[in-house]
Amino acid sequence: MTTLLYAVLLLAGTGLIAAVVLYAIATKFKVEEDPRIDLVAERLPGANCGACGKAGCRDLAKALVEGGDLVCPVCSNEEWAAVAEMLGLHADTCEIKIPVVRCQGGRLNSIRQTTYEGFESCAYAHSLHAGENGCRYGCLGLGDCTRACSFNCLSMNPETGLPEVNEAVCTACGACAQACPRGIIELRYKHAHEGRIYVGCHTEDKGALAMKHCLSACIGCGKCAKVCPVGAIKVENNLAYIDFTRCTHCRTCVDVCPKHAIVSTRPSDPEPAN
Amino acid sequence: MKTFHKGGVHPNDNKLNADAPAQVLTYNGPFCIMVSQHLGAPSRPIVQKGDQVKRGQPLTENTAFPGSVVHAPVSGTVQNVTEAPDTGNFARPAIFIQPEGDEKEDFISDDPTLEREISLSPQEIIERIKDMGIVGLGGACFPTHVKLSVPKDGKAEYLLINGVECEPYLIDDYRLMLDKPDEILVGIRILMKALSVDKAIVGIEANKPKAIALLRQKAADCDGITVEALRMKYPQGAEKQLVKALTGREVPSGKLPIHTGCVIQNVGTCFAVYEAVQKHKPLTERLVTVTGPCVESPRNFWVKIGTPVSALVEACGGRPENTGKVIAGGPMMGKALPHLDLPVTKGLSALLLLPEEQAHRRTAEHCIRCGKCVEACPMGLEPYLLHAAVRNKRMDLCERHHITDCIECGCCQYTCPSFRPLLDTLRLGKSKVNQIIRNRNTPTR
Ligand code: SF4
Ligand code: SF4
Ligand code: SF4
Repeated sequence: MTTLLYAVLLLAGTGLIAAVVLYAIATKFKVEEDPRIDLVAERLPGANCGACGKAGCRDLAKALVEGGDLVCPVCSNEEWAAVAEMLGLHADTCEIKIPVVRCQGGRLNSIRQTTYEGFESCAYAHSLHAGENGCRYGCLGLGDCTRACSFNCLSMNPETGLPEVNEAVCTACGACAQACPRGIIELRYKHAHEGRIYVGCHTEDKGALAMKHCLSACIGCGKCAKVCPVGAIKVENNLAYIDFTRCTHCRTCVDVCPKHAIVSTRPSDPEPAN
Repeated sequence: MKTFHKGGVHPNDNKLNADAPAQVLTYNGPFCIMVSQHLGAPSRPIVQKGDQVKRGQPLTENTAFPGSVVHAPVSGTVQNVTEAPDTGNFARPAIFIQPEGDEKEDFISDDPTLEREISLSPQEIIERIKDMGIVGLGGACFPTHVKLSVPKDGKAEYLLINGVECEPYLIDDYRLMLDKPDEILVGIRILMKALSVDKAIVGIEANKPKAIALLRQKAADCDGITVEALRMKYPQGAEKQLVKALTGREVPSGKLPIHTGCVIQNVGTCFAVYEAVQKHKPLTERLVTVTGPCVESPRNFWVKIGTPVSALVEACGGRPENTGKVIAGGPMMGKALPHLDLPVTKGLSALLLLPEEQAHRRTAEHCIRCGKCVEACPMGLEPYLLHAAVRNKRMDLCERHHITDCIECGCCQYTCPSFRPLLDTLRLGKSKVNQIIRNRNTPTR
């Protein structure tokens, strides 16, 4: 009985002493930290994707609380407004963006002239050759962009050999656009209700050469620019570019393009409410 | 017999038909001359469409340091100044010339007699080499006049001549040593004068006994030039390995051979230097090996720069049915060509036609930690580790493990029993780390 008592007392005693020591240390070496950091961090997506330029979500929270002028590209407008409110600020709303792949070459529209067998990396293949179809601007199809995404929302379509974006999951952090050695991926307004209209080609080669590489290459003929009622299309270096801030989704250009290089997406399916 | 000690591999040397005499390739179609054929700052064309050019007339000028120029290989009319695909199928500036007549620049001497007397001063020699567009013909194409201008923190003691030709299949340097030994030796003496060194060592691998004997005999009456037979091992022709093999000195990490007192030139370059200095001939012609297991009779050709490679393949009996890959250069460091519609450049030493069954890579398996790559690396790197570091984007680790020392010889990938793409990742990582270092060293704003 006494053995048991001793054991309990000894344990309790050690616990008490340890508690006192720990308490003393904790008060002496206490780090003053703004409690808002944790609150803000809780509100952020927690993916630590690094798209804001900080090491992770908590790092961004700290920077925000300290008055940094930074934006989380992953947060929706509402979530961002909530963060701003917590800090007593007002957030500007911004249009949600989404990456688009400006190449339709791949396996279906371009002819493979050579075969690449090296390391599976677009950056490496880009340093070696122009591409299996000979186009020095087109997608190499080796998936650097898919590997760069921390949300797993890009995948290579085995049929076309081109990357595809899963709209429901994409947070528009821009990691894929940065990973692509050829700058094929661009972040554009999502326009969930109207769909997106963009030139699905990135070649600056002259028309004849571009056509040799790919069936759906922009040849810079300028027909689209002529018909656009709001003047949103510019042709530079043999390549048309549609300014997404001015496009009104009239879709006139889509049909006049002789090479079917302009991509027009359907309106997105309504986002799942949750 | 001497050699370097760390790493290296022993591929089968496959010097097919090495004793076939060199032939001159006759070709009369349009020539395509790439504007930049050297390693360094790009050049700018100085001729226009419709211009009449003479053989040997300069076609480009330098824009920045280090630069080199190209010359017209034939007389004729400039058809076009536009773009043409390079070996990676990227479009690069090029000049097209339709040959016509046979006019040449007056300064060129076509007299074949050997001229031993070196009349120019060192400064004039370097200037001449620069004007005649001489670049390193071993493959890297670094402008020769830059290599001859010794930097302030170095002093040249030895001139090392690379007649090693350690890549399998290649026989062009060997042929040149047999055909033009006197010219090569005068070229070496010119380079010795330009560098003001009194010792030159020619390194030749032991699988070329005829070349060794011939050069030894000819060099006997040239002061300061010795010929050294080297034990066969790849990559003996790489600069740092050659310095080690011939002088026993070790080039420290991040330094150049000149910091150990050595300047290295290829035998092909020595011949080009002879032609430029003694005969005032610009570099518009070179010896190219056409070889491969499926080529009927592998041979060497004297080819004018700008000839399409398809003409070379034609001259060897055409492209065999079962060709799987055509490689510019040797099997270890060469580059597979996308098609044959490409021009011969100063750096093209060989065309290697591999049959389909030898042309493909085998499927990569997992690393079995055998350490063979570490053993094979002549630079003492750990390729398996760097491979993993690059794949995991650990560029800091790559830098700490000296990825920038990699000479891209490919010994690691050659030796790996799991066929892992070690060289691919190392090259990728090396270029990324080099970029990081450059960014770090350029102050922002
Ligand atoms: S879009 Fe760019 S990164 Fe993605 S697979 Fe194509 S080339 Fe590679
Ligand atoms: S390629 Fe680079 S890492 Fe591989 S063996 Fe050669 S020097 Fe070493
Ligand atoms: S040789 Fe290949 S299998 Fe062996 S350690 Fe190196 S990478 Fe691994």
